[in-house]
Amino acid sequence: MTLGTLIGACGGEAVQVPDLNAEATGAYTSDLLSDVMAHCPDGAVLITVQNHTNTVAVCTLVGAPAILIVHGREIPDDMRAAAAREGIALLRTTDDQFNASLKIGRALAAGEQA
Amino acid sequence: MSAPGSQSPVAPDERPGLGESGNDPLVLLELIQRLKVRDVMTADLVTLPRDASMRQAQELMRQKKISGVPVEEKGRFFGLVSIDDIIRALVAGTIHESCGRHMTTKLVVLEDDMPLSFALRYFDRYHYGRFPVLNRDRRLVGIICQRDINRALLVELTRELQRLESVSVQRGGEGAAGSLYLLREFPICKYDFENAGKAANQIKQVLQEKKFATKVIRRIAVAAYELEINLCVHSDGGVLSWQVSSGRAEVIARDAGPGIEDVEWACRDGTSTANEWIRSLGFGAGMGLVNVRRVSDEFEITSKKGSGTTVKAVIYIEGGAA
Repeated sequence: MTLGTLIGACGGEAVQVPDLNAEATGAYTSDLLSDVMAHCPDGAVLITVQNHTNTVAVCTLVGAPAILIVHGREIPDDMRAAAAREGIALLRTTDDQFNASLKIGRALAAGEQA
Repeated sequence: MSAPGSQSPVAPDERPGLGESGNDPLVLLELIQRLKVRDVMTADLVTLPRDASMRQAQELMRQKKISGVPVEEKGRFFGLVSIDDIIRALVAGTIHESCGRHMTTKLVVLEDDMPLSFALRYFDRYHYGRFPVLNRDRRLVGIICQRDINRALLVELTRELQRLESVSVQRGGEGAAGSLYLLREFPICKYDFENAGKAANQIKQVLQEKKFATKVIRRIAVAAYELEINLCVHSDGGVLSWQVSSGRAEVIARDAGPGIEDVEWACRDGTSTANEWIRSLGFGAGMGLVNVRRVSDEFEITSKKGSGTTVKAVIYIEGGAA
């Protein structure tokens, strides 16, 4: 699924997306960065509350193409700069982790069936 | 003693300004982050008590060819007599009076466990020729001037050169057999979350350029990142080193303290001594060492409370670079 489709499906805001046609092959929800390091699959969108530069670093290492920040939290400038440098998309939603995961999970499942 | 005083400024062209421009050589930047003030300062001090005369201070400075004398008694630091203070005393006719009366007391001081980069910034900011160095108990333990820094950097650069030469010899030897040799070291500062992950990312990029298998890169990157974060969160600062040779990647984290009391406990899933602030950043969940062990083919940790910790993760690279 493209990031553009995924953003539409979850009703999120495209804060900074270098390529709307970039592929997301799954999603992973966690606020523990060590957990993300250990388990986030390559190509998955990270759904998290962690709005700082270290999240970008972790996503770079695990190959996550996008970060969806939940609860509508502000995205600081240094995080935006780091994400731009690493080519990682930044999305935002006012949903919590559960509802954001639910919407993206449904969209991914629908995409697989299509 | 925190406000700038008459601490004998130096001319602007003598200022080092290192570490500020962003264009300094990487090896120097690493050195000034890794070295502490205590590694560079002069610890063998010539001091005077408060009741010594300014004339005695003048004579001592002449004999020892120094430009400032700390005034201290039993480790307690009171001030500094500089050449400026001597000149003022000579002009005012108070050279026979006590150092305690005419020394400079409004001083900027450094702490011995500050990184050298911090000292360089102070030299740049205040233009002083020297800074007294205090320990955590606020006792005078040394004095640092720019000459000390130049000398220490020359020594460390020579060591670095020797190390690089030895690496070059090894690379040449192994190169003949057709295998790859890579080696890097990264200084990691305590609580420097701004730069946390950069070392692991650089390692990943190098391995990608060398076309290592994605799974191997991820295992090495996980080990490097977790150890980097551990140094950042739990140590007083340390060095993350990484090398690839002979079908194996080694990631080693070394620090000089504070050490782990119970290593077995620290390696259990979910155990952590991290504070709430660190946890709020998504770290300190007690998964770091567990993750490192999980991705490693060999895992070693040695630590002693009050001393340092060394963690070594080895990942086998079957077939080497693709």
